[in-house]
Amino acid sequence: MQSIRRFIRPLLIPFLAILSALIVGGLIMAFFGDTSGTLMERLWRPVRAYQSLFEGAFGSGRGLSTTIRKMTPLLLTGLSVAVAFKAGLFNIGASGQFVMGSVFSVAVGINFPGLPPFIHLSLALLAGMLGGAIWGAIPGLLKVYTGAHEVIVTIMLNYVAALFAGWTVYAGGTQGQQPGPLWDTTAGPISETPDVLASARIPWIFGPPYRVHYGILIALAVAVFIWWLLYKTTVGFEIRTVGQNMKAARYAGIRVRWTIIFAMILAGGLAGLAGGIETLGLNHKFAPEFGGGVGFDGITVALLGQTHPLGVIFASFLFGAMDAGAAKLQFDTRIAQDIVQVIQALVLAFVAAPTIIYTIFRMKPDPEEVESAPTVNWGAG
Amino acid sequence: MRPNNFWKTSSLISLILAGVLVVMALLVNMTPLGNSMWLRVFFGISALNFTLRASIPLILGALSGILCERSGIINIGIEGMMLAGAFGGFVAKVATNGWPLTASLIFSVLIALAIGGLMGLLHATLSIRFRMDQIISGTVIIILATGFTAYLFDRNAVAEGKFNALPIPGLAQIPVIGPVFFDNPPITYLTLLLVVIIHVALFHTRWGLRTRAVGEHPRAADTVGINVNRYRYVNTTMGGMLAGLAGAFLVLEAVGQFQEGMTAGRGFISLAAMIFGNWNPFGALGASLLFGYTQALQNELLLAGFTDIPRQFVSMLPYVVTIIAVSGFVGRVRPPAAEGKVYETEGSSE
Repeated sequence: MQSIRRFIRPLLIPFLAILSALIVGGLIMAFFGDTSGTLMERLWRPVRAYQSLFEGAFGSGRGLSTTIRKMTPLLLTGLSVAVAFKAGLFNIGASGQFVMGSVFSVAVGINFPGLPPFIHLSLALLAGMLGGAIWGAIPGLLKVYTGAHEVIVTIMLNYVAALFAGWTVYAGGTQGQQPGPLWDTTAGPISETPDVLASARIPWIFGPPYRVHYGILIALAVAVFIWWLLYKTTVGFEIRTVGQNMKAARYAGIRVRWTIIFAMILAGGLAGLAGGIETLGLNHKFAPEFGGGVGFDGITVALLGQTHPLGVIFASFLFGAMDAGAAKLQFDTRIAQDIVQVIQALVLAFVAAPTIIYTIFRMKPDPEEVESAPTVNWGAG
Repeated sequence: MRPNNFWKTSSLISLILAGVLVVMALLVNMTPLGNSMWLRVFFGISALNFTLRASIPLILGALSGILCERSGIINIGIEGMMLAGAFGGFVAKVATNGWPLTASLIFSVLIALAIGGLMGLLHATLSIRFRMDQIISGTVIIILATGFTAYLFDRNAVAEGKFNALPIPGLAQIPVIGPVFFDNPPITYLTLLLVVIIHVALFHTRWGLRTRAVGEHPRAADTVGINVNRYRYVNTTMGGMLAGLAGAFLVLEAVGQFQEGMTAGRGFISLAAMIFGNWNPFGALGASLLFGYTQALQNELLLAGFTDIPRQFVSMLPYVVTIIAVSGFVGRVRPPAAEGKVYETEGSSE
């Protein structure tokens, strides 16, 4: 009995959080926005909306492949945020790291013709990880050596990354500014890179119209690797110890500074890999609008997954499905698909404050439960 | 208790730079120095006007952050509160298009304040009553506001009219200073006034002393009978209202319409201005003006046809300056000591 409880308990909060978010989201659909129709019609509207959402995500081969396609970057940015959380750091910078990863990957992917396919692709993916890792290392180093809080530094670096990426592909033009180094000279006034060479593209598992590439398998393998790293190796133990109690970690002789920097490099590398996979597998080029929205979503995914790599797999699948079904929801019910973002925010709210769930469902808080998120402060680490 | 460290380095630096700006502007616009194209780009009246306009939402956002954080609640949700306030103001303006313009605008500002205040109250409730991590609660506020405004936004709605400039008789005729400071729409005046009001309130009233006590050492404040959480609720709600006012500025004074995601990171930059200004209203004013100035500079350089440095790199300036500031390369900044921590009364069962 005890063991069943210990297995079910961690799943209970996310499950109830999703349930509550869907109910509240349904009420919003019924009573805000389009307010025509009788009460029954309005109460029925969210039921139809969720039906469309489900069909859009799972009802067809195309829907399912869209779910997988949307899930892939979310899984990696979710892991990025989760790894940082484990070390007691809040990485809001996954979107900047994602963008830098995209830019680095595409820079390798459009150059070096004649390289053997596997080698070219590997180099391009490594470049993406490197780009993200550099962008993650900066807040890590600044936190350790100057006490600058990683939240504010990563937010600022998101903007710097977006501007830097915008410059690299800038088409030049009106005011006489030179075009950026990665701009496609045949694109005219459009700011984008040339297509990635065939040798650097991630091959399809199912080609068009399904467009599912091997990136999902890379991401799943990375998730298992991160699980192994966090729970089966010394490095992972050190990361988790620093996250739970920095003073105790220092007392136990763990190199706290090095661990913080390493965790941020790892987090940045994961988000950078997400950018690389998205660029080399799906978009095959980079343009400023392929930005880092998935970086912000990574926060929600990481928290919904209770910052555990296997939980993040599940959470990214769920969010990928929501994003995939959103278009059909809007098409069928004429409810704006932005409702999905509202529901995702509600999931985050409920999952980050279990007290709300306890209050709604009249549960007793679990005394053994550890807080999933660190308590943070701008001050020096 | 922290002394009134008004003249701390970073506040001082930003205020001195702002002062230098004003002096140079006077020289450039009133003496033959104005014949130099470069000086006009850097200190022309249009650059200064743009600076002030770009700074107003940053100042309001930073003041919002100061109110919350001085009482011990971290508020990274300013961006979301601003957006919600802007949307509320826009909806109210559209609904009252038939009213006389002034009445309709004032009503819309009040609605923006109310919506901002509600968002602040939500942030306070999540972080105090439900003990959510305050940074995550701020993130929830941002995602909620982004999603909700996109969901409810009617793309066909049009707001008719916005606040016009109200030149102050006499003062507006002063060369240079007049057209920059005394020929503005009402929210701009209100914002500059609020900087002074909040400075006085924080450092020279009982309320301010108690707010700072709650943010620095809640246990001590509680011991002398101050209701810690009530101060936090009230201050965070008022902070939300200031962020809502920033949204009202964007919709009712600057742009005239609502656009999805129109705050475009201003909430985050105002956080940076708050930190750079060392949690002081005047420091935040100086920092906001500097950040606004980098935006103006980018604009003026573009207009002057200067393209040797890509404009994207000029735009990076405020963000890079912020990173340098929080890294303590420019004088140490120090946040309120009890920030980000849930306060529990002695012997509470929760």
